[in-house]
Amino acid sequence: MLTILFDGIAYGMILFVLAVGLSVTLGLMNVVNLAHGAFAMAGGYVGVVLVNRLGVPYLAALPLAAVAAALIGVVLERTLYVHVYGKSHLDQVLFTIGLVFMASSAVSWALGSQQVFIELPGFLRQRFEVFGVSMGAYRLLVIGVCGALAVGLQVLLSRTRFGSRLRAAVDDPVVARGLGIEVGRIFLLTFALGSGLAGLGGALGAEILGLDPNFPLKFMVYFLIVVTVGGASSIFGPFLAALLLGVADVAGKYYLPAAGAFVIYSVMLVVLILRPQGLFAPRSGR
Amino acid sequence: MIRRSFMAALLAVPFVASAQAQQTVKIGLIVPMTGQSQSTGKQIDAAVRLYLQQHGDTVAGKKIEVVLRDDGGVADTTKRVAQELIVRDKVSVLAGFGLTPLAMATAPLAAQAKVPMVVMAAATSIITAQNPFIVRTSQVLPQPAAAMAQWAVENGIKSAVTLVTDYGPGIDAETWFAKRMKEGGAEVLASLRMPLASPDFAPFLQRAADAKPQAMFVFVPSGQGAAVARQFAERGLDKSGIRLIATGDVTDDDQLNGMGDVMLGVVNAGHYSAAHDSAVNKAFVGAFKAANPGMRPNFMAVAGYDGMHAIYQALVKTKGDTDGAALVEAMKGLSWESPRGPMMIDPQTRDVVHNLYIRKVERVDSELYNVEFATIPMMKDPAKP
Repeated sequence: MLTILFDGIAYGMILFVLAVGLSVTLGLMNVVNLAHGAFAMAGGYVGVVLVNRLGVPYLAALPLAAVAAALIGVVLERTLYVHVYGKSHLDQVLFTIGLVFMASSAVSWALGSQQVFIELPGFLRQRFEVFGVSMGAYRLLVIGVCGALAVGLQVLLSRTRFGSRLRAAVDDPVVARGLGIEVGRIFLLTFALGSGLAGLGGALGAEILGLDPNFPLKFMVYFLIVVTVGGASSIFGPFLAALLLGVADVAGKYYLPAAGAFVIYSVMLVVLILRPQGLFAPRSGR
Repeated sequence: MIRRSFMAALLAVPFVASAQAQQTVKIGLIVPMTGQSQSTGKQIDAAVRLYLQQHGDTVAGKKIEVVLRDDGGVADTTKRVAQELIVRDKVSVLAGFGLTPLAMATAPLAAQAKVPMVVMAAATSIITAQNPFIVRTSQVLPQPAAAMAQWAVENGIKSAVTLVTDYGPGIDAETWFAKRMKEGGAEVLASLRMPLASPDFAPFLQRAADAKPQAMFVFVPSGQGAAVARQFAERGLDKSGIRLIATGDVTDDDQLNGMGDVMLGVVNAGHYSAAHDSAVNKAFVGAFKAANPGMRPNFMAVAGYDGMHAIYQALVKTKGDTDGAALVEAMKGLSWESPRGPMMIDPQTRDVVHNLYIRKVERVDSELYNVEFATIPMMKDPAKP
């Protein structure tokens, strides 16, 4: 019972790290970035190459994967995304879904399309019994890293100068520019942060989620559910939504294996009927 | 200008093709070369090429040409590609079919065109009943499932949980494992089905473990075995006294080495192991490895190899006649020694009859292999009367 809860939380945490970047770009920058999963996949494959082929230690590969995904994010933001900020949402959707297909084919060509895993070091394969709850070390690590990230992000966005500048830049770019805030750079940094988080999530979650070139498409729905259910304006909303969905998904598969795959959608439906704006509605009318 | 020369090229093609048509027999090979099941396609393609290389591309006075097409493991695509091959390329035989839905989607087309379909991978029992032109050289899932249950009962396993992927072959495996267990007086505590695209096996494995069975019987399609085994070990189930038993699909030779020591000692039932001890198999594995560095033939490869053998032998028997009905008639009852051991095409069902081996994963010369230790000779598809 508690083991299921534990597994569900680990799964939810992974969903959170993967989706939070999307919540930032969608909620704060108002850009529909369906290619978000492609950054997660990039991070995952960087992890695979580093750990399995080059023998980099697992824990060192995680931040490297995040940095790599963030760098890819920076390059794409400067060259491509910057042109779609002002466009309609439909244009953004079409543009980013195109990116997803290109990314999938590129990975499939370069690394093959079979499912791959990152080799876990021995100490992460252990299991502990705590108060009768059996927990895997790897899932503990996932929960620890993701929990820390959630707190860090909340602080970053609500308590720091960067956070208030970002919110100002989003609320009214013209006035923000007038006040001397470099809106373009803020957006670039935010985008890089979102992509980096996705990359970290991809590398960290590869063991649970599996990694193949269809990753961005397979999980796009999950990311969007997390962001819709959580509401796209805070960190806490998607965090809670991801936990709720993770636990519901794992518990559903455990207790109702026949209907397991549908539980996550039912939860989304119920939440959206009760709270169409998501669990935590945006403060402004956005 | 460019368009005109392109048109001219297009017009020229049919003449060239028809000039050769009397002498060439085309085989349309449709397999997933991309997507989740790409290892199936790569193995079959490699084995087919090996067969051509070893046996030459001429048989009964006809030149054999294999037309390889990728369907990405998507049934719609398989059907469209099959139609193109039949109508435009005028193939005499269709072969391949990586997954059950892919074979099922093509069956009505092949029946209409009266083109034989040699199934080299898909393993649900009902496939060969779809039309009278289907011949199978791979396996039928009820075979390893029944064999595994028989072994489990004989070895004192009284309770088990089945864990299968929720589609045709998975349900076949679940049904026939449970049936043979019950006949042997053993109990199946729970039958769990997992979605085909389930990335996280954790909740299913936990549920199976909580039922506290003596054994957990697993079927997942070729390629997903690694994920199940890793999570089985991550959960500590390998140390909890629950035995992992499986069909040979889980301990796929192609990927077994990558799965690691987790798999050591897993008992499973299958029709082909790269470690099968026979001269024919040693020659096959040696030649396969030499032609495809870094690859090891698995049960998909051997099915592709045997499929080509069936087509070649049928052409010999018909003296080069490519009429669909005549070819299928010629394939019925064919028997030969395959790298897997003796095999036969059942004249009644057109399905494969072969030895089922009980194997255990062991380390042999620093590589992991399925080492055979018991044989159930010449098993027919138990699901067919």
